[in-house]
Amino acid sequence: MTAVPLPYRVVSNRPETTDTRTLTLRPVGEALPAFAPGQFAMLYAFGVGEIPVSVAGLQDGALTHTLRGVGAVSRALCAVRPGTQVGVRGPFGTGWDLPAATGRDLLVVAGGIGLAPLRPLVQAALSTPRNHGRLNILIGARTPEDLLYRSEPDAWGRPYCGMTVDRAGPEWTGHVGVVTTLLDQAAFTPHETTAFVCGPEVMIRATGRELLHRGVPAQHIRVSLERNMHCATGHCGHCQLGPLLLCRDGPVVGYDRAEPLLAVREL
Amino acid sequence: MPSATAPPDADSTACVLDLEGIEALVRELRARGRTVIGPTARDGAIVLAELESADELPYGWGVELEAGYYRMKRRTDAMAFAHSAGPQSWKNFLHPERARQWTADRAPDGGMTVRAERPEPTSFAFLGVRPCDLRAIQIQDRVMIGGRHRDDAYEERRTGAFLIVVECVEPGATCFCVSMGTGPAAQPGYDLALTEVLDDSGHRFLARAGTEEGAEILESLPHRPADDITRTRAREDVEAAAGRMGRTMPDVDLRALLAGTLDAERWNDVAARCLTCGNCTMACPTCFCTTTEDVTDLTGDHAERWRRWESCYDMDFTHLPGGSVRSTGRSRYRQWLTHKLGTWWDQFDSSGCVGCGRCIVWCPVAIDITEEAHALHQESLEPQAETKGEAS
Repeated sequence: MTAVPLPYRVVSNRPETTDTRTLTLRPVGEALPAFAPGQFAMLYAFGVGEIPVSVAGLQDGALTHTLRGVGAVSRALCAVRPGTQVGVRGPFGTGWDLPAATGRDLLVVAGGIGLAPLRPLVQAALSTPRNHGRLNILIGARTPEDLLYRSEPDAWGRPYCGMTVDRAGPEWTGHVGVVTTLLDQAAFTPHETTAFVCGPEVMIRATGRELLHRGVPAQHIRVSLERNMHCATGHCGHCQLGPLLLCRDGPVVGYDRAEPLLAVREL
Repeated sequence: MPSATAPPDADSTACVLDLEGIEALVRELRARGRTVIGPTARDGAIVLAELESADELPYGWGVELEAGYYRMKRRTDAMAFAHSAGPQSWKNFLHPERARQWTADRAPDGGMTVRAERPEPTSFAFLGVRPCDLRAIQIQDRVMIGGRHRDDAYEERRTGAFLIVVECVEPGATCFCVSMGTGPAAQPGYDLALTEVLDDSGHRFLARAGTEEGAEILESLPHRPADDITRTRAREDVEAAAGRMGRTMPDVDLRALLAGTLDAERWNDVAARCLTCGNCTMACPTCFCTTTEDVTDLTGDHAERWRRWESCYDMDFTHLPGGSVRSTGRSRYRQWLTHKLGTWWDQFDSSGCVGCGRCIVWCPVAIDITEEAHALHQESLEPQAETKGEAS
């Protein structure tokens, strides 16, 4: 269903960090087709509007979304009460395409809320360990309070799951620095690795550059990009990044395509 | 109907309609329940509006066009279609500037019901589609119904529309359809094609059908077999029009030109003139961008989603939590031009420009897309010239 939203019931709405919340939604009647990790939905807050939000979890037929309240719609969605309904359209866009990384080492690199779209990818990879090589998860955030899903990464680390923050408080005994500083501790063979990167654009560029430098092939660096979106169906024109319509050709694209486009200011 | 000895370029349905044939055409289309839209003189411009009869066509009117300039002008003859593109295009009808997409109602228990807007069945007949504008319609078809997600409302309006192309015999000073390969002769996609001829033998139209419905309608009108004089005159007038284009595009691969000039100095030059008003995007027959508006009634339990045209020149167009991606006029003009001539190919496998010249005419500061393309082309040649200069 791509034209009008289907009603979904809010099963839970819990705080994730100080400024993000995680919603779990279940279809009231008809369900949308299955989402793949990396794809996104258009979430509709009644009477307020719609925004694109990646899926952050896909278990038991429910849709999980983690979002930060920064605009009218995202604030309204952050405030929905369990039992009420929101509208959902989707699935839209390209996914991470884990099957294409079969047999390769996996390197998941997340910055801030960029971990949300990577979470279902990690869960999928953990459920099929024989299909790929070593799984590395690198998580960066501004402060320890901004780290998402705090209880989960402990169970993820096989062989490596690292976390780092830009600014530490007195209680933080872990890494401090940008997420790429964790790369030295990850176990992967660069030319046999597929990387999955999501975070602020500056972090994506820095990570892409570093991974290329280490020998990960550009087309095996999969990055998730963000632009303004209104329709998600390729008709509104807002999400253009040069030749790409990101709702259709993205949000996940190979760094071989993304790098030259991200290098142009205000493209 | 033409005999077997007709010239090889003759369409088997070719015939000649007099003015009474055109009157009968409008009557017949209306009798079939169609809303006939065509050019008419109104408010100092030739606009597209519903026609109740062929009398409303702008007989005897022409237009004078230049960058940032549009004036209607009395002709010395009674031609009805001797004017080039006006301020509107057919997208005003097929992809209207404001349309409701869905309505949603909230029940006391919090339940939500969403209903897609079912567009009223429309049955347009477009009379006087210029060949460049026929291409523009086909380009919007690719955008709206050519991909994975089809716009049902557009499809409904589009598939119900009957298209009568009128070939161009009087191009304007801002026209460049020859450069874009879209005119002035009719290309496939029409239901009927007409060529207006006015000479000592009278005022008449060479008509051809492109579809069965077109042939059926043509057959029902007062007509006579196409004579050689009319055929020849029609062909010569259209050929002459091709030689009278007011503008040209540089004769290069425009897609490659735009892909290779993202850092050009020319963007600063045009940005110093461009008001980022978005007039070019509103007048352009292919520009399709829209935004959405969500509204509720006073109870708050009835909501509507509306879609309206938006322009890539609007500051909010690329809004993200961190601010607008394209915050400068330079980047917004560059986006429009590179999309229109370049990245449109990547996205929809065609050019986004048909050479109608509307963006030139309706720019309040007379920015000329062809002049900008020529300037970018010149600048793309410069570094080579400088290197040569240094070497010598």
